[in-house]
Amino acid sequence: MKCRRCGDPAVIDLRRHNAGFCRECFLRYAREQVRRAIDEHAMVGAGERVLVAVSGGKDSLGLWHMLLALDIDADGLYVGLGIDEYSDESAQYARGFATRHDLKLIEVDLVDTYGFDIPGGSRAAKRAPCSACGLSKRHVFNDAAITNGYDVLATGHNLDDEAAVLFGNVLRWETEYLGRQQPVLAAAPGFVRKVKPLIRISEREMAAYCVLTGIDYIVEECPMAVGNRHLGYKELLNQLEERSPGSKAAFLNHFFDRAQPRFADEVTEARADLRPCASCGAPTPSTPDGEPVCAFCRMQARAVGKPISLQVAP
Amino acid sequence: MKVLLRNPKRELDVRAPKNVGQLLRELEVVPESVLVIRNDTLVTHDEHLHDDDVVEIRPVMSGGAQ
Repeated sequence: MKCRRCGDPAVIDLRRHNAGFCRECFLRYAREQVRRAIDEHAMVGAGERVLVAVSGGKDSLGLWHMLLALDIDADGLYVGLGIDEYSDESAQYARGFATRHDLKLIEVDLVDTYGFDIPGGSRAAKRAPCSACGLSKRHVFNDAAITNGYDVLATGHNLDDEAAVLFGNVLRWETEYLGRQQPVLAAAPGFVRKVKPLIRISEREMAAYCVLTGIDYIVEECPMAVGNRHLGYKELLNQLEERSPGSKAAFLNHFFDRAQPRFADEVTEARADLRPCASCGAPTPSTPDGEPVCAFCRMQARAVGKPISLQVAP
Repeated sequence: MKVLLRNPKRELDVRAPKNVGQLLRELEVVPESVLVIRNDTLVTHDEHLHDDDVVEIRPVMSGGAQ
């Protein structure tokens, strides 16, 4: 197979584009996709401080590498989740990347800072591990970005991640979640702007980007995610993609273009209803009786076995 | 040829010659869910594989709920 752009031998074939690419042309293609997403959705403004949430996996480390290649300065944020050897190993990949490229990596350890880990939080709050993990990461990412004065938080959610989330939300017609699923979540009081520069790139393309640029990343899947619903949706979508290349991108891109705005009002209403958490101050839905406490603080209190400390005036 | 698979990690001996697409079909692996790496280099689905090749089939799916 030849490279579609230059005619040299191809190293990767992308069926959704009916094309093969050599190393150099593929790297250029991948960076063009990220640049296009950033520009189309006004993700990063001139002079803004960017924080990239990194897990040690291909998407987040590849994203950090791409931002730097596109001359966008960014620091990294690693959250230690306390998932046994998996967390220890993933931290090594994140630190290794930062050291090799002489980059700043902020680390937050869930146990040291909040007194619990994901397995413990999951059991205490009776949440699925991935739910406890997602809740914790959203809280810590936002808090770390605001505390350290960043304008933008970038995450490595790729085309497959977003298509799988969309598939799950459509299956249940989760209209508020559909309204919230956007390439950019605007900043608001208590919220940093959150951006997803990889929405135009599949996870196979991200893995190829890392292999071709020599990025060392953790290949093994998180042991707590094995068999979860999100991965099941990805498998289904990949089977569809096999029969009909380009389906995943069409599903997601047409949602952003044609459907997402129809659900946007629900997000505006939900955000208008937010009040500061009585424990940590982060925005959280108001409650009809008493001061609101956010889901993260409730999980933390259950996990450490102590009552919620009310520190912030409502 | 030697074929390395992950999740769980294992190693298979597979008869060559055949191309990458045929290998994935034989192992019932969805091409969109993996990269194929021969002797540390990415290869496309029409690439021919030989008996002395070492081939890694690397899964690319990751992530929990968001």
